[in-house]
Amino acid sequence: MTLAEVVLVVAWIGVTFYALLGGADFGAGFWDLFAGGDRRGWAQRELIEHSIGPVWEANHVWLIFVLVVLWTGFPPVFAAVMSTMIIPLTLAAFGVIMRGAAFAFRKVVDALWLKRIFGASFAASSVLTPFFLGAVAGGVATGRVPPGNARGDLITSWLNPTSLLGGTLAVGVCAYLAAVFLVRDAEREGNQQLVEQFRVRALGTGIALGVIALGGIFVLRADAPRLFEGLTTRALPLVVASAVFGLVSLVLLVRRQFVAVRVTAALAVVAIIWGWAAGQYPYMLEPDLTIEQAAAGRATLSAMLISLAVGSLLLVPSMTWLFVIFQREHNQQAADRSLV
Amino acid sequence: MGPLPIQPQVLAQAAQAAPNPADLMAARTQMAVSLGWHIIIACFGVGFPLLAVFCEWRGYRTGDTAWGMLARRWGRAMGVLFAVGAVSGTILSFELGILWPGLMGTYGEVIGLPFAIEGIWFFTEAIFLGIYLYAWDRLPPKIHMLTAVPIVIAGLAGAFSVVAANAWMNQPRGFDLVNGEVTNVDPWAAMFNPATWPQATHMILAAYLVTGFGVASVYALALLRGRNDRYHRLGFLVPFTFAAALTPVQIGVGDWAAHFVADNQPVKLAAMEGVYETERGAPLHLGGVDVDGELRYSIEIPFGLSLLAHWDPNAEIMGLNEVPPGDRPPVNVVHLSFQTMVAAGTALLLLGAWFGLAWWRRRDLPRSRWFLRAATLSGVAAVVALEAGWVTTEVGRQPWIVYGHLRTADAVSAAPGLRLGLYALLVVYTILTAATVYVLRLMARAPLPVAPQETEPVEPRVVS
Repeated sequence: MTLAEVVLVVAWIGVTFYALLGGADFGAGFWDLFAGGDRRGWAQRELIEHSIGPVWEANHVWLIFVLVVLWTGFPPVFAAVMSTMIIPLTLAAFGVIMRGAAFAFRKVVDALWLKRIFGASFAASSVLTPFFLGAVAGGVATGRVPPGNARGDLITSWLNPTSLLGGTLAVGVCAYLAAVFLVRDAEREGNQQLVEQFRVRALGTGIALGVIALGGIFVLRADAPRLFEGLTTRALPLVVASAVFGLVSLVLLVRRQFVAVRVTAALAVVAIIWGWAAGQYPYMLEPDLTIEQAAAGRATLSAMLISLAVGSLLLVPSMTWLFVIFQREHNQQAADRSLV
Repeated sequence: MGPLPIQPQVLAQAAQAAPNPADLMAARTQMAVSLGWHIIIACFGVGFPLLAVFCEWRGYRTGDTAWGMLARRWGRAMGVLFAVGAVSGTILSFELGILWPGLMGTYGEVIGLPFAIEGIWFFTEAIFLGIYLYAWDRLPPKIHMLTAVPIVIAGLAGAFSVVAANAWMNQPRGFDLVNGEVTNVDPWAAMFNPATWPQATHMILAAYLVTGFGVASVYALALLRGRNDRYHRLGFLVPFTFAAALTPVQIGVGDWAAHFVADNQPVKLAAMEGVYETERGAPLHLGGVDVDGELRYSIEIPFGLSLLAHWDPNAEIMGLNEVPPGDRPPVNVVHLSFQTMVAAGTALLLLGAWFGLAWWRRRDLPRSRWFLRAATLSGVAAVVALEAGWVTTEVGRQPWIVYGHLRTADAVSAAPGLRLGLYALLVVYTILTAATVYVLRLMARAPLPVAPQETEPVEPRVVS
């Protein structure tokens, strides 16, 4: 494996964590949107706040991490994607702002009308942001971003069949992961009604995702022949693995194995993300720019890898501690007393 | 440093189709608005944890509930500000690519490293802030206070890293240009370019001052309104003393930074001071407006500039005439913003001195209500100084985005309609500003807990 590939793997690990953790936080916003009126949705929203409150900011940093590794390790790719995708990325950035700010604001205000406004902003932007990010991914995967300064089509690069598929899948994956994670959180809090609500949603979104993915096969075959070819050859084991983990997750949800399903649902998502990478290898921007062509010089790549390696000595234990603290048996009283 | 190193490829780039000037201006304005907004919030991210954990520690040691109440209240505000800071910072990393692909595509590998390191610190900050705020009552007090230490360090180190990247734009180092291609990249030399130390130190202190004076302002207003209890007095004294003590240090560091600019960025200095012709024994201009290449209506202090910049009344100061008109930053913006920063900093120094004198003589605040009135405005003054300082250094670098190597006009996105992005951003940020101010005011007005041992009022719950 070349140095550039190592850096790309690091970036892809970042993408994976952002999809799993950040994605679940977006998905929590999705369910917040559909939780129903003030009274009916209160318990769900409370659970969502408790579950994502302490961790969403750390999860959000994965996005920054990916961007930074990309522009340091593969500057031409960053410049090309960001400039061509100016419209969806501007909208995604606004979504990030509205969502994070509104979530923080909703927590500290008491008046119901304010909670409604901030809640709606949080929830709506939680749906739109992953959609636009998924649309960008679809455009990149289908080779619609040429290298250079805003050289691609500013509209069709992200408004095309694969981008729509990518955006829909992204929203679906977020909602699915969130439902799967929230089921277990609800179970731990001992709220059977919430457990059932989120279990049904996890099953529903899981099945919906499977249907979308099956339909996506035809979309990709028609719209993205190169990617389709990669996915059905090199990446086939990962695609199959994703399908298998998806099916196993459904079975586990039916059997109420809520801890195990967290793992299998996450693995299904991980497999598809790495399947995309394998399917597109060795291109970063098809068909013009390979990984090696796009990569920064050795000095930069190794300096960044060393820094990140040293940093991970601090970050891995810290992040583990963060999740351990808040995944331990929920003490409702303590949660109520905590600050924000 | 002699005349500007104009690289051959710069001339080649200039031959490219020039961007629409309105779009270039829109991109610059969008960056300025989103950066200028984020900087204020980011300052609180750097400074607030220090103040909060100090109060928590005092409360732990003394058992005095006023300290504990302050710590919790500040923690709550910090949580909101950090969230807003995290997301308003994210848009900046988007904009680096959306608006300035010419910068990032070419030089991303040179200045990426400090950003990657900043990413590590940002992670650290977010993780421990989550623990500090949400596990306040789940952790033993000592452990809880210790979780603030990484937040404080990460805020400081993160600010250092990100300012290092900015400093590089002023003093680009760590690469060679061979036929217009970036080669021989040394990312560490880029990160630790000579401008990093003065700029980063100046910025970190600015963050502490904005936090200190900003928080003190809120409590100064409360004291003015007669809420003269121990809680409000401490809420004023702690941040104000902190900021007032650092103000003279900041002015010293500012002097260092100005000397650095005088030695290394003479064109910027010329714009800051309105020096049009190279001269010896240059005077210092207070105030003044640039009209047709001449500084009018200013108060002149003979030899002042040469003396301040080089400790020598006859030192030569380079004028704007040394570079072609197309390479000169706009004098009015740079001169005015620099003077505004110095004026605001001086006012804060005097305010701090007033306080120090009263405290030294009577161990109490100055008796005059004018002191509290001025202190109420100190937060605004600190923010004004901060923004004016950034305008000075950023606009003073123009027309370059990478000083001497890449013009801002050559780095901007080629996408049409950048103006539309700016309009959309202005709408979003107007709403964001209104909401942030409104929520912070609500939080500041929220009643204090009835019994001291109780924490913040629990949100009303509907039994499900």
